[in-house]
Amino acid sequence: MAASMRIINGRVYDPTNNIDGEVKEICIKDGKIVDSVTDDATVIDAQGMVIMPGAVDIHCHIAGTKVNASRKLQPEDHRHDVHPGTPFTRSGTGGTVPSTFATGYRYATLGYTTAMEAAATPIGARHTLEEFHDTPVIDKGFYVLLANNIFLQQLLRDNRTEEFDNALAWWINATKAYTVKLVNPGGDEPWKGKKNSNVADIDEKNDEGLSPRQIIEAFITSVDKQGFPKPPHIHCNNLGHSGNYTTTLETMKTAGDMRVHLAHIQFHSYGGELGKNPTSKAKEIIEYVNEHSNITCDVGQVMFGKATIMTADAPLAYVLKGHTKGKWINADTECESGCGIVPFNYQEHIFIHTLQWAIGLELFLMSKDPWRVLLSTDHPNGGSFMSYPKLIKLLMDKSFRREEMKRVNQSALDQCSLRDLEREYTLNEIAIITRAGPAKVLGLKNKGHLGVGADADITIYDEMEDKEMMFNAPRYVIKSGHTIISNHEFVTDFTGKLLHIEPEYDNKIEEVIKPFFESYYSIEFSNYAVNDDYLHDHEVIPSGKV
Amino acid sequence: MSENIKIIKDATCTFCGCVCDDMELHVDVEEKRIVKAKKACVLGKAWFLEHTIEDAPAAMIDGKEVSIEEAIEEAAQTLVKAKFPITYGLSDTTSEAQREAVAITDYIKGNIDTTTSVCHGPSGLAFQGIGESTSTLGEVKNRADLVIYWGGNPAESHPRHFGRYAVTPKGMFTPGGKKDRTIVLVDVRKTKSSPVADILIKPKLGKDFEVLWALRALVKGKKLADNIEEITGVPLETLEDLAERMKNCKFGVLFFGMGLTMTRGRHFNSGALLALATDLNEFTHFVAKPVRGHGNVTGADNVVSWQTGYPFGVNFSRGYPRFNPGEFTTVDTLANGHADAALIVASDPASNFPKKAIDHLKSIPVVALDTKRTETTKDAHVAFKTSTYGINTTGTVYRMDDVPITLRPAFESPFPDDESILTGIKKRVQELMIAKHQATGASGEAKVAAAFTPL
Repeated sequence: MAASMRIINGRVYDPTNNIDGEVKEICIKDGKIVDSVTDDATVIDAQGMVIMPGAVDIHCHIAGTKVNASRKLQPEDHRHDVHPGTPFTRSGTGGTVPSTFATGYRYATLGYTTAMEAAATPIGARHTLEEFHDTPVIDKGFYVLLANNIFLQQLLRDNRTEEFDNALAWWINATKAYTVKLVNPGGDEPWKGKKNSNVADIDEKNDEGLSPRQIIEAFITSVDKQGFPKPPHIHCNNLGHSGNYTTTLETMKTAGDMRVHLAHIQFHSYGGELGKNPTSKAKEIIEYVNEHSNITCDVGQVMFGKATIMTADAPLAYVLKGHTKGKWINADTECESGCGIVPFNYQEHIFIHTLQWAIGLELFLMSKDPWRVLLSTDHPNGGSFMSYPKLIKLLMDKSFRREEMKRVNQSALDQCSLRDLEREYTLNEIAIITRAGPAKVLGLKNKGHLGVGADADITIYDEMEDKEMMFNAPRYVIKSGHTIISNHEFVTDFTGKLLHIEPEYDNKIEEVIKPFFESYYSIEFSNYAVNDDYLHDHEVIPSGKV
Repeated sequence: MSENIKIIKDATCTFCGCVCDDMELHVDVEEKRIVKAKKACVLGKAWFLEHTIEDAPAAMIDGKEVSIEEAIEEAAQTLVKAKFPITYGLSDTTSEAQREAVAITDYIKGNIDTTTSVCHGPSGLAFQGIGESTSTLGEVKNRADLVIYWGGNPAESHPRHFGRYAVTPKGMFTPGGKKDRTIVLVDVRKTKSSPVADILIKPKLGKDFEVLWALRALVKGKKLADNIEEITGVPLETLEDLAERMKNCKFGVLFFGMGLTMTRGRHFNSGALLALATDLNEFTHFVAKPVRGHGNVTGADNVVSWQTGYPFGVNFSRGYPRFNPGEFTTVDTLANGHADAALIVASDPASNFPKKAIDHLKSIPVVALDTKRTETTKDAHVAFKTSTYGINTTGTVYRMDDVPITLRPAFESPFPDDESILTGIKKRVQELMIAKHQATGASGEAKVAAAFTPL
């Protein structure tokens, strides 16, 4: 099955290698793309089809403690969206938070072969890794939450920079993570310790004399110094609040010329006054991104319908609970993180929801560099990953966009420039924002392209006028050289692998961390770091400055 | 005692949901037993020190010793042949084994349920309706200045809960330990836990819901009926005092036990408590947490949830998971006479289920895995004797607050672990199901890709 294969007659979109729709033969051997194969190779005739690298999701929530709490919370989300098994694939349930097996298979049915869980607590890393093992087909990794880590903040407060660098690298190794995630830096302590309050300004100092900006700067600098393949993944302060675009701009400025990735930037592009309706500041935000090549972001598009808010930004989830008045989870993790979960429904007739939808589209349509403004819905926060094909159609088809715009809140559209934007994404640009771009930002040199040596993760779509239909059902999906989907049917199961990094550190740092741990954690230090038993198939992506 | 003593530090006790991971085990390697378990509580000591390797067959069919391979084959055949096979237990084994048990049940289109359905099942249902404000136990240790236990007796059921997590430990913002906290105990009777409490509240039997609802009303600033004491057995002043304390603490926690979940009102009781904790977040930071019993019952909830979307009471007969407690929970599948074969893992329903359920269990072929001979394994069609998690085998256990911990085994057992037996059954079951599938030529089922329902 994994031996060798030749895909002929298909139109290839491989932006990394400057191939834009040319008919080109793709050869596969032993799970990799090769120059040529022998005549006995299996042949797939892709006449009338489009060949792209397997897609890469740079930001989603698919595994771990908060995801599983969201599954448990919502039987009503699963009941009407079942996922039957076959003799060789497992069954499951769907909805906005599908079971692990359904998650893997459904990503595959959209042509996705890699996805990154964007927020896992360090103490819950084993849980995330166990779920990954049960998430089939796709390769996966996770970003570990460190911005509200009390021990790391104490090192920063005391200007112990070298120990901070070592401790950060230790935490990455201890959890098998891919990079660091910053969520509402500095916001956990007021939430947990000061009667559910929050930090409001990027320069507001906490009791330790530390501001969110100082935390952000420290992480960006340390990761830059240590040369992680992926820059820090930042969920800025003030997510969702009117007027938050200034915080977002300040966060980007804090990076100077160092690399930084801003997550779900749509949720951070709002003008207006706090507590009042937002306005669109998509233009201000995207102009800054366009002009600064060190900045990358994913959009976090809102799609109408059911969603599940799940975030380490606990104060935000509590604000949303005030709107939904429904069920709510708060889950504090000792010394490390907060978490909030709220079932949600984005509705066309609601001003704010339409404005969020429109701001996301504005950001996409005003982006000048598709390599740096990537596709995401912050699954399942802005909507399910299952809505990506519809989002692609919104970007590629302006007449469809116009039809959709007729159904939404018109006074929200009056507030923004969406009606004036005529741009339509090309297939090549879609290949960039869903494949080549995310792989580049992640530093995954063997993914997101079809050059010789790349992983044989390939999607073959029937070329169709209706792009939603096209991207909804690839005819073939090949993962690591294995044909997973053939003629729209699953033909085999596959586990996929874990992607993680192992930055070097001075192990004397363990002696520095241990006393804190013994005082304030509830598990033993020696039982905290994840051992190699939790790595099923895995790949270490090199870090270090070139 | 031999000279050859091995010391295992930071081993984990899986006896109860506290999952304390600071054990120091002294192991007599030749005798294959633990001679000392430092830091263990009275229950933990019994768990470690009384564990011995018995001389018994690893696998039996109808009471006769067979090879493990033969037993796996017979187990797989039995389960595949059944029309309504059920899987039950799972709370005293590793999550690695739990994952295999769900896989088997999925392949054979069976019914899976865990001991959650007979302990905190009602809390699981309440959780689905209300949600939950909660935290890991370290956060309680570091921050909680008001700790309320409701319907439980941790001094006897979870002896280290007070000392390690919630009452006496000194934390980041509770440097004085117990001095920095107020401890409240709500229970219908006096127990060994009572002395720890600063405030003892004794509602009338079966009136927990009314007390919780009265507290919700007070927290929201509503006036209570004049006869509240007559209804609940708790004086109005006591309720008012507690409501004020809850609103004005810095970090409050409500721990609750089966005295709340398994008495009259069940999930309404758990729901009222979760709703009270949620309401209090309008005023301060407040969390709630069920005090779970078995060592890895929290893992069972997690594994069944991530693989199926539902925590317990799940049926695969239509080829996908369906959830219906009361129908797909094990007491019901047995008592209703639906089940026609059973896979029981690390649990002994034959000794603790209602009589009607036990009678039916005894009338169907049972495949049982346990570390010791039980009422369930005694009459099982296929019985495996397996090694003990945390003592003989490694693996993952989820503490009651969802924190996953890796086990450090003390010594090897001659018996296989649950995971390897279940993996063997899974592989064979899958082969048999694929053969069955090919024999019937049911190719339509494979068209799963086209069958997705768009969201």
